[in-house]
Amino acid sequence: MSTVETALAPPRALESHRQVVNDFSIQVATVNGSGSQTANLVLMRSIFQMGIPVSGKNMFPSNIAGLPTWFTVRANKHGYIGRKKEVDVLVAMNPETAREDVMQLDPGAAVVYDAPLKLNELRSDLHFYPVPFDELVKPVCPEAKLRKLVRNMIYDGILAALLGIDTEEIHKALFKQFGPKKVKAAELNWGAVQAGFDYATATFAKTDPFRLERMNLTGGKIIIEGNAATALGCMFAGVTFVAWYPITPSSSLIEALMGYMNRFRVDPQTGKATFAIVQAEDELASIGMVIGAGWAGARAMTATSGPGISLMSEFVGLGYYTDVPAVIIDVQRVGPSTGLPTRTMQGDLLFTAVLSHGDTQHPMLFPSSPEECFSMAGECFELAERFQTPVFLMTDLDLGMNYWMSDPFEYPARPIHRGKVLSAEDLDRLQEFARYRDVDGDGVGYRTLPGTNHPKAGCFTRGSGHNEMAQYSEREDDYMNNVDRLARKFDAMRGAVPRPEVRWNPLASFGVICAGTSRYAAEESCDQLRSEYGLEAAYLRFRAYPFGPGLRDFIHRHRRVYVIDQNRDGQLLQLMRLDLEPEDIAKLRSVRYYGGLPIDARTITDEIIRQEGL
Amino acid sequence: MSTTTAPPPRKTNRIGLEIVNYRGAKTTLCAGCGHNSITERIVESFFEMGVEPWRVAKFSGIGCSSKSPAYFLSQAHGFNAVHGRAPAVATGAMLANRALFGVIVTGDGDTASIGIGQFVHMLRRNIPMIYVIENNGVYGLTKGQFSATADMGSKLKSGVINEQMPIDCCLLGIELGATLVARSFSGDKPQLQAILKAAISHRGLSVIDVISPCVTFNDHPGSTKSYAYLKEHDQPLHKLDFVPFFEDISVEIEEGTVQTIELHDGSEIRIKKLGRDYNALDKLNAIQVLHQAAEASEVVTGILYVDPRGKTLIDMLDLVDEPLATLPESRVRPPREALAEVIEELR
Repeated sequence: MSTVETALAPPRALESHRQVVNDFSIQVATVNGSGSQTANLVLMRSIFQMGIPVSGKNMFPSNIAGLPTWFTVRANKHGYIGRKKEVDVLVAMNPETAREDVMQLDPGAAVVYDAPLKLNELRSDLHFYPVPFDELVKPVCPEAKLRKLVRNMIYDGILAALLGIDTEEIHKALFKQFGPKKVKAAELNWGAVQAGFDYATATFAKTDPFRLERMNLTGGKIIIEGNAATALGCMFAGVTFVAWYPITPSSSLIEALMGYMNRFRVDPQTGKATFAIVQAEDELASIGMVIGAGWAGARAMTATSGPGISLMSEFVGLGYYTDVPAVIIDVQRVGPSTGLPTRTMQGDLLFTAVLSHGDTQHPMLFPSSPEECFSMAGECFELAERFQTPVFLMTDLDLGMNYWMSDPFEYPARPIHRGKVLSAEDLDRLQEFARYRDVDGDGVGYRTLPGTNHPKAGCFTRGSGHNEMAQYSEREDDYMNNVDRLARKFDAMRGAVPRPEVRWNPLASFGVICAGTSRYAAEESCDQLRSEYGLEAAYLRFRAYPFGPGLRDFIHRHRRVYVIDQNRDGQLLQLMRLDLEPEDIAKLRSVRYYGGLPIDARTITDEIIRQEGL
Repeated sequence: MSTTTAPPPRKTNRIGLEIVNYRGAKTTLCAGCGHNSITERIVESFFEMGVEPWRVAKFSGIGCSSKSPAYFLSQAHGFNAVHGRAPAVATGAMLANRALFGVIVTGDGDTASIGIGQFVHMLRRNIPMIYVIENNGVYGLTKGQFSATADMGSKLKSGVINEQMPIDCCLLGIELGATLVARSFSGDKPQLQAILKAAISHRGLSVIDVISPCVTFNDHPGSTKSYAYLKEHDQPLHKLDFVPFFEDISVEIEEGTVQTIELHDGSEIRIKKLGRDYNALDKLNAIQVLHQAAEASEVVTGILYVDPRGKTLIDMLDLVDEPLATLPESRVRPPREALAEVIEELR
């Protein structure tokens, strides 16, 4: 039985008998606050359970309920999990955006929609599947007030029938999502899935080419948000002090951390906490508390986003200048001021590298995946205490708040190192304690913690000028000695921070450089350039700043180097310029995207082709 | 021939230290600055109470007053934070190591203006430490502008009159959760010392607002924070005796004339009535007395309010007894099984 819509003479694009298997994206357009997140996560997880590589990206408004939201699931047999620019299958549930959503599709896309919207009248080059959601939900959900929430689950059933998702996997994913305490709710929703599946099976003749087939590429993997991965990394790094101020997109990181800490870090004997988490009055206070706790010897951290980083700048300068360890996680979002608080960007790179007044330099780590969120969170704490300085973990909203397929995390291989801390016994052996003397040539002095029971332990930490004994000084040589030592320390970090990931290519016409989450689009773009244009590229992904000597080496080996940035001003490229000679800088070309969505491969490929003059 | 007489034995405190162990660097503040008297009282109080200097952590912000921590307890750790932000640094440090004995010494600019956000939230948290405000009503280091504690009608050297409402840090303290709130005058040695000792014994946040005249910018006729003005308008609420837990002094107390408040460590504050009735446990009364004093242009001094049993942030967070800062790896890194358990849930 076919519907009226599909009975229309299909355009040429639709006549093809081609099959598109495990390589397309599904976008669900809903209204936020309508409970669609459950349906979307179940959809994503079902595909994952079928062994097909998958990613899920939530594009949501800065609003609690009533504004449009889009969730995009990409299934890809090659393992590409970056954003795909084109939408292949649209589920149009939101009357407000349905028209625009449909008009933006490429010819040949499939549209599942709420029947009263009559979207089929808009175009004739798409595959339309109208679904009477309101009619279908009534019999499965007698309670009228719950229907709004259960209704969305119907499209999972529809998609299962149309795309070939095993309903057993949906069942499994659904019951996992609701957990053992909400079996009744899960059963109600399962009824909706079945209603959708039965309706689609009985009603639609499939005309679109998109299909899912079982693979075995996700075995052993997990699905997790980057923020939760970072939180786990912090816990296993032994964090003891956390201060924070709520801000999207970092709040979910701290909330995940609170959940894990309450579960695993309460002393089993006494029931008391081996950690303190303080919700501060603002970011000025949260970073101040972190500096205070780090100074007193705790492993201390905060998490924030761009506006918080702006507020923290004075204290970060103090931490740098007085050699206090701190870990600051920046889950980057778009723009100055409020900007687009629920969209993603790598927009804080340049500002953070030199945050604060005077001469300042800060190390930054760039995680690109949940595994790196986990491992680099740990590395940040090690670096902060080893080098006695604030260290930034520069993640972003795309990584932090979206769901990612990931390999399981490795338990930390090395014991915790607390850096150069002198005990009372050490002080007994020493003739003199000079807090800021560069004894080892790495710019890092030895410190004592407050509360050390020794008459020589006391030390006055001050933001004003100080000599190597930590005494007040306005002498030019004391000031210069101190900041020169800090510069040596920064140089020493070049060899200590995570090295870049490099893929040499002897046939390369040019190099491609990126950092953080740009990697997915950059890697896929390199493959597109090869398969579509026959162009070979070498690839370098920074994992940290300061950049090591590998940067110059990479640039020397290539005639042109494209630097991928998720910001308007090419901030990664500008940071690289600081380390390069003019002849190197002349080779750099900038590829930028800054619209608030995760960068996609097609955007990079098109821009490189344009700049190559092809 | 000469006879050598043995020098008189030096006075030591209950932990065998001399007062010199409680001193700091030489002051660089103006001669006659009230802050220097407060420094002296801090040195004496910590000495007499027998607090281990190495256990003390000193904090300040920016300004003349914030230089003071360098002038006492040089064996202690100190942190001169950014302007107005000593409370945040102190909060972090005190939670990182609950065994520390914390003291903030800072000014009215730090407390009532740039750092008022941090100040009021510190009050709410009742961090167990001492917060001394060296209050002179002006910015000294920037040469004499009014601060937010300047009284209505007070006059600057230049003749400018303050027409804005002053912020009363003691009122804020009482309203918002500090559990020992006192006001004193840098020139009242016995009173300030009794208050400081009570604060050392108190478990909770002690806010001590000390009117401390600025001899350079605010000690002229027309100023309401000058020595002359304070001598005339200082109205002690009561006579304070502080009896530390390690001294057993029993005295005959005449019924109804003395209020005895026992502090956490067993020390006692004995408050002797002076003229008026004053119950330092009564929050509402304390607020009323401060408002009345302001209307009458009086500076009432003494212990305004005490709650010896208030919950501190350390209680609220239910921290382990040992300092968080030095917990061993076995207590801060959960075992392999914990990670395996979480990973299994995410499959």
